[in-house]
Amino acid sequence: MIAMLTIARLELLIVRRNMWMALSAVLMLLFAIVLTIAGSASAGALGVDRLTVAVTSLTTLSVYLVPLIALLLSFDAIVGEVERGTLALSLSYPVSRAAFLGGKFVAHVLTLAVALGIGLGAAGGLSAWLGSVSTAGLLSLAVLYGSAVLLGATFLGFGYAVSGLVRQVGAAAALSIGLWLVGIVLYDLALLGALVADKGGVFTTHVFPWLLAANPADAFRIVNLAGSEAASLASGLAANGDGFPMLAPRLAIFIWPAIVLAGAWTLFRRIEP
Amino acid sequence: MTVLSIDGAVKRRGDRQTIKDVSLTVQAGERVALLGHNGAGKTTLIQMILGLTAIDGGHITVAGHRPGSIEARRRTAFLPENVAFHRALTGKEQLRHFARLRGQPPSRADDLLERVGLADDADRRIATYSKGMGQRLGLAQALLAPPGLALLDEPTSGLDPIARWQFYALVEELAAAGGAVLLSSHALTELEARTDRIAILRAGSLVADGSLDALRRLAQLPIRLRIAARQQGTEALVAKIGGRPINGRAVELICSSDEKLERLAAVSAVRHLVEDVEIIPPGLDELYRHFSAAAEQPQ
Repeated sequence: MIAMLTIARLELLIVRRNMWMALSAVLMLLFAIVLTIAGSASAGALGVDRLTVAVTSLTTLSVYLVPLIALLLSFDAIVGEVERGTLALSLSYPVSRAAFLGGKFVAHVLTLAVALGIGLGAAGGLSAWLGSVSTAGLLSLAVLYGSAVLLGATFLGFGYAVSGLVRQVGAAAALSIGLWLVGIVLYDLALLGALVADKGGVFTTHVFPWLLAANPADAFRIVNLAGSEAASLASGLAANGDGFPMLAPRLAIFIWPAIVLAGAWTLFRRIEP
Repeated sequence: MTVLSIDGAVKRRGDRQTIKDVSLTVQAGERVALLGHNGAGKTTLIQMILGLTAIDGGHITVAGHRPGSIEARRRTAFLPENVAFHRALTGKEQLRHFARLRGQPPSRADDLLERVGLADDADRRIATYSKGMGQRLGLAQALLAPPGLALLDEPTSGLDPIARWQFYALVEELAAAGGAVLLSSHALTELEARTDRIAILRAGSLVADGSLDALRRLAQLPIRLRIAARQQGTEALVAKIGGRPINGRAVELICSSDEKLERLAAVSAVRHLVEDVEIIPPGLDELYRHFSAAAEQPQ
């Protein structure tokens, strides 16, 4: 435990030094401010408070941005150390591989949590300052924060897995971008294509909801958008929201980080530096 | 007390054996040099001792513990070949981190930075360090471990002569404190006086293991006698005792160790021609070449 915290401490020093911490915080902050202000235009027309609308936009943004930041933080966690030649020395210390990876994870998840906290906190603060915040809005902001951290944890795990799978940092970077593109962008496009082709058949009613819940990014989207009626209204997802297996995506956002991190650890264990 | 025990260790890569039935022990307080060409298996053997790579046959224990177990690693100091650190960190940050991992106070790291002569550069980023400074930081982290087993892979590469001398003083201290030291090096001559035992690895097999004297006796390598001539020159000397004149001032005789006294007697019979006599035993270089080459022919 002490070893893991020691590793986490060093990794935090590194993300602070190489500006990843600042960069992700600034990125989240800028987008949160822009989306909160831009979202306020439609808030009056829809009859929901400013913050609820902002949460909807922030959800859509986070689906893309959080996995990307997570992958950028994690893709060279293992292969980078192999390539620099620092892994053999690190593993000669009395630290288990689980603690080694766990320490990095703690530092990276903390980095994400701080960046998200700054961004979403600014969105909440700005909405309050501009005049309209409801309890429901605050609640959905809290759900967004928690689920975004879990989404980040999942993609940190994917990054470590990629990092334990390949032998070059370049390959890890390429694979991470590929994973992001396929998992976040193309997956949804493929589902959309299938929905259009199916024209409301068995796929649409029975397969599609589960496929959505099975993808961590889509599960995140459902938890945040379909959960709140006002948000559904604002995002237009309500049409598909009826009869959704809501438990599945809620479970999915908790189960994914555990599965992916366990997988990353399994890959890391077979590495010979 | 045996700290490192290697018994019939085997490592396979594909269907090739890169470590073939190697047995070696290192006692507490003993300094053993591991010699071998590049690719002879030195680094593989060290990785096996660290538990970084699986052992395909035989047994290795570190103070009675399985290689790679937390107990074994707690007792093991390691200095990898071409040691590297995270470039964004300062020397002090990196060493304090290692001290924490060993459960030692950060002040211990600061003391060691002082010992290896990096105190003035402790707050600079490692990216700005020269190779020698990186190597000294590597030594400092190896000294953080309690005296148990020290595995030093090419520890003096990149060090200037004074730093090398300081390094061997630290190794001596480590051994005196009860540490077992296994170090690999190419700088053969500097190992002669600073190791208790020499093990030579060739193509994955251990071809020699013993003290320098024992290896010399085993190898039966010739001894060189260098006789400096007086003003009369070397011709008269060669006529009396044979040998080969070198640089016009001295004569070199090559003989086996059995013939040594006989030859010296011959030299002392013509002592009016002799200024000085120097006996040069075979060096580590020659021994190393002998054992490496001998293994090439099946014995």
